[in-house]
Amino acid sequence: MNPTPFNTAGAVQTPFTQGLPGPWTAILVAVALAIYPLIMSSLGQDFYINLGSRVLIFALAASALNLALGYGGMISLGHAAFLGIGGYVVAVLANNGVYGAWLSFPLAIGMAAATAALIGVVSLRTKGVYFIMITLAFAQVFYYLAISLPDFGGDDGLQMSARSTVPGLDLSSALSFYFFVFFTAGLAFVLLYRLVASRFGRAIVAIRENERRMAAIGYPVMRLKLAAFTLSGGLCGLAGALLANASTSITPHTLTWHQSGLLIVMVILGGSGYFWGGLTGAAVYLLLEETIADHTEHWNLVLGALLLFIVMAAPNGVMSLRQQLAKLLGRKPESDATPLAVTANEGEAK
Amino acid sequence: MSHVILEVDNLVKRFGGLVATDHCTLEVKAGEIHALIGPNGAGKTTLLAQLSGELASDSGRILFEGKDITALPIHQRVAAGIARSYQITTLFPKLTVLENLALSVQARTGHSFDFLGTVTDETDLLDGALETAERIGLTDVLNTIVATLSHGRQRQLELGMAIACKPRLLLLDEPMAGTDPEESQRMGDLLNTLREDHTIVLVEHDMDAVFRLADRISVLVSGRVISSGTADQIRNDPLVIGAYLGEEESDKSGA
Amino acid sequence: MTYLIIEQLLNGLQYGLMLFLLAAGLTLVFGIMDLINLAHGSLYMIGAFLAAAFYQAIGSFFPALLLAIVFTALIGIILERLLYRHLQRMSHLSQVLATFALILIANETVKIIFGAQPLMIGMPASLSGAIEIVPDELYYPSYRLLIIVVGLAVALGLYLLVNRTRIGMWMRAGASNPDMTAVMGVRIKPLFTFVFALGAALCALAGALLGPLLAVSVGMGESILIPAFEVIVIGGIGSMRGALVGSLLVGMIDTVGKLILTLGLRTVFDSATASTLGPTLASMSVSLLMVAVLYFRPTGLFPARG
Repeated sequence: MNPTPFNTAGAVQTPFTQGLPGPWTAILVAVALAIYPLIMSSLGQDFYINLGSRVLIFALAASALNLALGYGGMISLGHAAFLGIGGYVVAVLANNGVYGAWLSFPLAIGMAAATAALIGVVSLRTKGVYFIMITLAFAQVFYYLAISLPDFGGDDGLQMSARSTVPGLDLSSALSFYFFVFFTAGLAFVLLYRLVASRFGRAIVAIRENERRMAAIGYPVMRLKLAAFTLSGGLCGLAGALLANASTSITPHTLTWHQSGLLIVMVILGGSGYFWGGLTGAAVYLLLEETIADHTEHWNLVLGALLLFIVMAAPNGVMSLRQQLAKLLGRKPESDATPLAVTANEGEAK
Repeated sequence: MSHVILEVDNLVKRFGGLVATDHCTLEVKAGEIHALIGPNGAGKTTLLAQLSGELASDSGRILFEGKDITALPIHQRVAAGIARSYQITTLFPKLTVLENLALSVQARTGHSFDFLGTVTDETDLLDGALETAERIGLTDVLNTIVATLSHGRQRQLELGMAIACKPRLLLLDEPMAGTDPEESQRMGDLLNTLREDHTIVLVEHDMDAVFRLADRISVLVSGRVISSGTADQIRNDPLVIGAYLGEEESDKSGA
Repeated sequence: MTYLIIEQLLNGLQYGLMLFLLAAGLTLVFGIMDLINLAHGSLYMIGAFLAAAFYQAIGSFFPALLLAIVFTALIGIILERLLYRHLQRMSHLSQVLATFALILIANETVKIIFGAQPLMIGMPASLSGAIEIVPDELYYPSYRLLIIVVGLAVALGLYLLVNRTRIGMWMRAGASNPDMTAVMGVRIKPLFTFVFALGAALCALAGALLGPLLAVSVGMGESILIPAFEVIVIGGIGSMRGALVGSLLVGMIDTVGKLILTLGLRTVFDSATASTLGPTLASMSVSLLMVAVLYFRPTGLFPARG
């Protein structure tokens, strides 16, 4: 890498440098996620392999939302729509005898992205509370569509008789499906990393920080935001396609605004605007739900209290909790590698 | 005398019933510092926003280098060579000085839609940012978070953000706003060094600075230019004295 | 046919006025405090449950209604003091999260206290009949007429409060320019508390009035929250007039739209399909109306802020 004195390595943390992983963190995470199902498989714990798949799927959905919400500052309360669209595309195709993932997955991504682009064109004209409301209203439209169209199975949703087919791979076992999710989501994560570490990513973050100035120094702000929103929607659609496959079914519940809210919750739990925010948030959320729901039927009460506490104590989520903790202990906040820093390894070395 | 770089022709902006810019006509010549003065509420900031493209005009035309830019969006005007600074400092407070300037450079060099290009080679951004930092005298705080800079230095950076766009025409909205006399002096010297490369439209309340720096001055009252000319011509124009300077004088003596 | 449409128009008016009770409080909280409150519907649910509980305890409708209003207003005041006052200074994202959390907590708490089964409120015996509006042709339930009358009375009362009183003047000033209001020396905190208590009371009124018509159940708040949001966004956040116009518009489109769409669709589809599709399309058209309004007027029909 070409060393430049640009933001001399970790000298200061800025929104451009915070939360971007170095290669070693990424490799560590990937290896851990690859070993996990093998251990569970040897223990005969298919349940935990499936839970792992769900974590990865929601990690993808939350990370997709993180691109729009965390990086771009666009508070979308309608991302369930993209998740649902992805799922319904796969399920509707399956119900019409089309199981090939080579067709259904690109179509799911494409439909979700196209919808996001359309919604974006209208809603990005508005700001603040209006933006939140209009994304919510758009998502409701798709919810109403799903519960009313007989082809979409109404309130019951759609069942798939089997998972999508991938040439040379049998996705019916928990383990093989996990690895399918692992590689698909992994690809998406590489893409997301490249996005947020690119000049495009920096422009998006800067628009979040000061939209007016970004326009004044010559950025086509609207087009940049629309691009981020569309990419975010498309990736959420991919998560939806995987989600429908995980349970071989899709229900209108995936399209509810409750689901949109939960996606936001995951992003915040994990740290909005941090690269691992989506993964951390999805893991924390789903594992908490699993553990707590085992002990009490009032899981939502616990979740609500936890959320209230987080909002009041650490508005930036668990990641910032981590930083505050480090500060309390008198240590410098842990810093991962920085995109503008001299080398990517310096942050890791600490 | 040099050619006209910016021509404002009967420009109008209404806010409901209020006419903020009222058939404003103005010519700015290439290479000059052209000051826009006028009492509070005369419509200087509105006019500047129309020139930069932040506000759409209701009627009239804006010509830049002979081309009609009235309908162009902001980013295309910046690409054409017009950049502005703000009266109220509008920076990226959480980023470093270098990162702020690099953003301006990045807009100019493109690649913002280059989704996947990893940013390993920053030489082009860095060179542009360093060059600007030198011009505005901020090389000693390159890696400082902007929010921690003094007000005066933030004003310098505010100007730097516009310069880094490499515009031919700079629209400056009160660059001296809120600065102390020493900082104001430094800003004046800085503006003087900019005239080689840029035409400047300067909105400023500091009259000493205006009369010291400006090649020509236009006086804006109620959204119209009532007089344009050199500092001497403006000082002696009875219309101006009546409408504006007189009021300033009485303000001063009253205070 | 004509009478069917008139009946639906009255139903639309009734639904619209109930929406207005929610939207009025919501728009004031939004407008004056710049606070996005997803949990507004929870106050409506709480009001309905309290009314049902009081009704079961004392067996009389109107006292139960009054008690529900008073207690819900108290809950509103407590929430404002403990939570919303702090949220008001936070980002919209924090507000979304915290009030989302509040919905979860409210739903779960109500479930713990009242159980998961829907509760019923009996309507007052004197109002359980129908009134003959056109002899032999058009009857309309007296209870629904009562709701219309109460709704209109509250709308008038709010109009007088907002336009004719000092506190109303502060509210208008606050909605159009909160900073200016503070500068003018209006004591903004008691105003917030008042607005919140008022909003909660209106929620309880709507919840209790609708109790005999709907089942009082957990989650009823969310199903009315979305239309209420759509109302205030269509009307313009912070505008009382916008809330009224928006409510009636949404109420009419939803109710009359259902009828017309269902009848219209019957000419194309079989009647079962038409009966599910009609209501859905009506709900969708409300969302689409909001989208259209925002596209052409990004701050709603009657923007409160200049």
